[in-house]
Amino acid sequence: MKKALLGRKMGMTQVFDANGDRVGVTVIDVDSNVVVQKKSSDGPEGYSAVKLGFDRAKKLEKEGEESEWRLSLPEVGVFENAGIDVPRKHLKEFRCEEADLEAYEVGEELGADLFRVGEWVDVTGTSKGRGFTGVMKRHNFSGAPGSHGTHEYFRHGGAIGQSADPARVFPGIKMPGQSGDKRTTIQNLRVAKIIEDENAIAVTGSVPGSKGGLVMLRTAVKKQQT
Amino acid sequence: MDNLLRKVEEGETREELPHFRSGDTIRVHQLIREGEKERVQIFEGIVVARKGSGVSETVTVRKISVGGIGVEKIFPIHSPRIEKFEVVNIGRVRRAKLYYLRDRAGKSARVQTKRDRKGV
Repeated sequence: MKKALLGRKMGMTQVFDANGDRVGVTVIDVDSNVVVQKKSSDGPEGYSAVKLGFDRAKKLEKEGEESEWRLSLPEVGVFENAGIDVPRKHLKEFRCEEADLEAYEVGEELGADLFRVGEWVDVTGTSKGRGFTGVMKRHNFSGAPGSHGTHEYFRHGGAIGQSADPARVFPGIKMPGQSGDKRTTIQNLRVAKIIEDENAIAVTGSVPGSKGGLVMLRTAVKKQQT
Repeated sequence: MDNLLRKVEEGETREELPHFRSGDTIRVHQLIREGEKERVQIFEGIVVARKGSGVSETVTVRKISVGGIGVEKIFPIHSPRIEKFEVVNIGRVRRAKLYYLRDRAGKSARVQTKRDRKGV
């Protein structure tokens, strides 16, 4: 069955595995996940997916405003239609098989106990933004030699193509530009620990983004679940 | 935020840990796996440094091995592969990291002994 949870990256620490080896883990807070909508291939959407909401919205302190939450009325309406009392700040959906839809119910709260220890997951998040970077940092180029007559050409990328034929630069050539701050998925991380009373999951290895960043855990695509 | 990380570390840490700091001489009882068999190996030496916090804390132990070769081992304090720590000697030192011992040999590489430690 395809499973997914939204969460907040809390930071990294380490635990000991069965062999007594140290493993670095990332702790993800998955509290307040809720099923907002189910999409079916028979329905108007034409594909099967489950829409999740995450992170409870705060109430507006001002009186007399149109919306009582720190969300716009259309955003609140999504949750009202689903019969959820407290709207959530984030909405994300994940694709699943048609048969998996039965396992979820609109309005149902999901928590860390959705996953088991040892399961494989893919984690998606937004990587840390590095701004406009050169080719060495962005694409791991080697740069130019530090000596032997190199003149003002240390971190350059070198040639970007041929001459009069083709007389253009091919699309997709690696060049400097914005690096990071991009949707990134790390595949095949293992669920190392589940803290049920805090609704948190620890996965082995690192996860894209900074602490406090929104991430999505999904059943691993490329691993056979045992 | 940090509380949640501490919560993850709960149950991973060692229950019994004698107090020791840099300058002390300790014996580390380490479980060594040889094929199917497990045995305990003891490493005795001076604590040169303690680093990190929580489950990640480590201790660097230095001893002078046969032939006068200095050997340093870094142990994760909370590793389940370590049976126990034993404090053999309490040392009197004036800094937390004793890296200067690496440049010394013989008499000058010794650490003064203290009889006991206050407030432990």
